[in-house]
Amino acid sequence: MMAAFRTPRGLATVAILLVLAVLPLLTQAFDQRYLLSIGTRIVIWAIAAVSLNMILGYGGLVSFGHAVFFGIGGYAVGILDAHGVSSGWIQWPVGVAMAALWAALVGALSLRTRGVYFIMITLAFAQLLYYVGVGLEAYGADDGLNISRSRFAGLIDMRDKASFYWLCFVLLCGTLWFCSRFANARFGFVIRGAKSNDLRMTALGFPVFRYRLAAFTISGAFGGLAGILLANEGAYISPAMMSWVKSGDLIVIVVLGGMGTLFGPLYGTIAFFVLEESLPPVLNLVQKGWGEYWQIVFGPMLVLIALYARGGIDSLFGRRHG
Amino acid sequence: MVEPLLSTDRLVKRFGGLVATDTVSIDVRPGEIHALIGPNGAGKTTLVSQLTGNLTPDAGTIHFAGRDVTRLPTHARVRLGLARSFQITSVLREFTALDNVALAFQAHAGHSFRFLADARRDERLRAPARRGLEAVGLGARAETPAAALSHGEQRQLEIAMALAGDPKLLLLDEPMAGMGVEESQRMIGFLRALKAERAMLLIEHDMDAVFQLADRITVLVYGRAIASGTPDEIRANGEVRQAYLGDEIAEIA
Repeated sequence: MMAAFRTPRGLATVAILLVLAVLPLLTQAFDQRYLLSIGTRIVIWAIAAVSLNMILGYGGLVSFGHAVFFGIGGYAVGILDAHGVSSGWIQWPVGVAMAALWAALVGALSLRTRGVYFIMITLAFAQLLYYVGVGLEAYGADDGLNISRSRFAGLIDMRDKASFYWLCFVLLCGTLWFCSRFANARFGFVIRGAKSNDLRMTALGFPVFRYRLAAFTISGAFGGLAGILLANEGAYISPAMMSWVKSGDLIVIVVLGGMGTLFGPLYGTIAFFVLEESLPPVLNLVQKGWGEYWQIVFGPMLVLIALYARGGIDSLFGRRHG
Repeated sequence: MVEPLLSTDRLVKRFGGLVATDTVSIDVRPGEIHALIGPNGAGKTTLVSQLTGNLTPDAGTIHFAGRDVTRLPTHARVRLGLARSFQITSVLREFTALDNVALAFQAHAGHSFRFLADARRDERLRAPARRGLEAVGLGARAETPAAALSHGEQRQLEIAMALAGDPKLLLLDEPMAGMGVEESQRMIGFLRALKAERAMLLIEHDMDAVFQLADRITVLVYGRAIASGTPDEIRANGEVRQAYLGDEIAEIA
């Protein structure tokens, strides 16, 4: 554990986790409550990015519909709430289970394909649920639905911004912990081996499909958890949660941070949100009105990362070993 | 007569109008090296792919270890003890040599739905993997990434991986491909030592190696097995000389 402090990567990671751990205290001290709301969304998106990284980074499977799990988790909370079930003890397990179930279904069909077909099928299934969401008149259709936050009677008040943030942060730590174990366990070796050479893995005697399906399902379950949190953060759900743009953002985050690295998705999420929040005002300083076009700057930055820093932000800390 | 370990019965595989495997019946007995030779495009790799389960034959059956495995998926055949090495070196390049062999052992150590324990610290996989690497002469290269191994070393690694499950039969698809003379001789010595323990189906272009190692040889031409017999019988076979071996056989004979 202490060895982690000796490398630039370890130092940066520990520093980031420490700042995140005390973020509510910092934002309170500097009276920047808006920053806490950004911080909460960063932590929630990081959970989704870590979960996407499980299949995209470690498994080499470009799933282009991961935001659908935001939607499933969110709508599980929203729909149950609309029918008077406000207990998180019911909402949350249902949300995670539905996300896992959907992932298992989509995985069972899409994992039989490769490359661009896999991308298209995962996208198609995500779009399917997106339009189901748009069509759900009873739950706000296009406009979405204001919901009340999940209740965990006496345990935690979800309306308290700091408590909710810390809950999200603890869940992010749990997700990272699981990811670190899973990647180096026997299961992770099969998934990573199949990314490297799936024919070889089959020839060694691994039923690769089964392991990929399991990884896809686990990834979906964690994605659903992120969706549950996102719905609680804004007390609001809408089909936009699962638009393909959000799925694209998640891929960008994972690639930006470093595919197949433990903390890459966290770095990527922070960088993505910081750029999204800071580029517009900076550009507005240069010339009033330019802020609107911040993506003209953001896009080329991504291209440069893709071309010259293949390992993403994580690779800036030097080569990793092991 | 000994029950064959592997046998095919009138196997047929067509690609459009091309008959790549034309009613081929061959067998491999326990403890023997059966070599499959033939000119390029004779359908050797197509035949091996059906044996491993990567291709499904259009007609005919494959029996292995007393079971009909014609419709069995690849991973299930491997579990029964049918292992292969690849013509084009196929190791997990991002992993170390030791990781590669440990993964091969993991494939035979029950299911891999284990999510928490660090596989790199699992001596049930690491210890046999280290012994496997030493057996093929790669003990000193255990921690080297597979991509950084020389071509010959990668071929040795292939064999170590194929041997991990203690297979009954090894399918060796050109194990000497791209090797220098010295490396080839070392590999021949190694395969001969292995022969005591398990049967092999050897596909090889290097006639020197084939005639040194094989107990029986089958000659494949245009998807058909035109001859099968001991090395001496194959040398003496006029049809084989004409179809394939030509000058090369004269040199050896």
